[in-house]
Amino acid sequence: MSTVIENPRSPYTRPARKKRRFNIEKWAWLFMRGSGVILVFLIFGHLFFNLMLGEGIRAIDFGFVGGKLANPFWQWWDVLMLWLALIHGGNGMRTVINDYVTGQKLRPFILWTLFAIVAILIVLGTLVTFTFDPCPITENIELLPSFCNA
Amino acid sequence: MATKTELSVSVGTPAEEAGLKPFKVTLNIRRYNPETGDEAFWQDFDVELYATDRVLDALHKIKWEQDGSLAFRRSCAHGVCGSDAMRINGRNRLACKTLIKDLDITQPIYVEAIKGLPLEKDLIVDMEPFFESFREVQPFLVSNTPPAGGRERLQSIAERERFDDTTKCILCAACTTSCPVFWTDGQYFGPAAIVNAHRFIFDSRDENAAARLEILNDKEGVWRCRTTFNCTDACPRGIQVTKAIAEVKAAVVRGRP
Repeated sequence: MSTVIENPRSPYTRPARKKRRFNIEKWAWLFMRGSGVILVFLIFGHLFFNLMLGEGIRAIDFGFVGGKLANPFWQWWDVLMLWLALIHGGNGMRTVINDYVTGQKLRPFILWTLFAIVAILIVLGTLVTFTFDPCPITENIELLPSFCNA
Repeated sequence: MATKTELSVSVGTPAEEAGLKPFKVTLNIRRYNPETGDEAFWQDFDVELYATDRVLDALHKIKWEQDGSLAFRRSCAHGVCGSDAMRINGRNRLACKTLIKDLDITQPIYVEAIKGLPLEKDLIVDMEPFFESFREVQPFLVSNTPPAGGRERLQSIAERERFDDTTKCILCAACTTSCPVFWTDGQYFGPAAIVNAHRFIFDSRDENAAARLEILNDKEGVWRCRTTFNCTDACPRGIQVTKAIAEVKAAVVRGRP
């Protein structure tokens, strides 16, 4: 049996680096640094208010959350946290995928799936934060929490 | 009248003369022969070495006394040419700068080729992709203005100091092939190319920094760096590679050095 010996001097070929006129990498990198700092403040502020102040963790129930989401200050705090955390985490996942998924068809598929998940969570979360009503108008009074005595 | 002079007759190597005792060291070397078409495999060799010996001496002993087919690169053998970068006990080092006495010889010493570049034979890899990235960052002085007075391009001590660290690079590829991003994605420019871009970006005499920053503001450029510091650990010249990459990132954000 004869073996085919490849020419040892055959040049190594690797796919050429694509020249792009614009890429978001610089802005993504800056966003990660900025959002990271803001998130530290937002998340620890959130944890401090929910778990430390007043009765602490025992105060958390449907009414507590409903009360917070009725206040525009906490609405904006939560929405900002939601957007920054999801985009920050999503961008982190994007870089991991770009680093480790090499399949030319698999990579775009996973990236789009990730994008869809982030987009859906942002839309739903924002919708809930601004439209949440603990006492909706309904026929079934017994389904409403006890503090809705209207 | 002839004076009789006592000459000490020298026999053997300097290590033997100094009265050093050799000891047995086991090397596990990852072999690969492209002509057989077989997978790479680990082969162990026992060598008698002195504490003053380096891993390169061990490889020489194996090649000269045990198995002449062992293939590895080396040129100057003194840490200047950068030919013998290899993975020794899982870390990228120069074989000629790694002393046996600094390694744990109760265990076999594992020696393999640097990772992320195509393996050609035993400890030899194809360095072409590495040099291709190096060439792409234009690692040469570019100036379109004549020097003041038509003579030299003068530079202050502080201006020279700015890029002193990155002038030390010997292009051994120890940094680039220690980078996990480079292992999984051969398109990344790699630390060595960025270090050599840094050397000219921050050179006060150079006038092409903007073009180099544009080249490195690529999807495969500086933003690929995850600051794992593998490159700084690997550099046999002690270059603060990750710091240099961070400085290039900051320069890209600023748009100027």
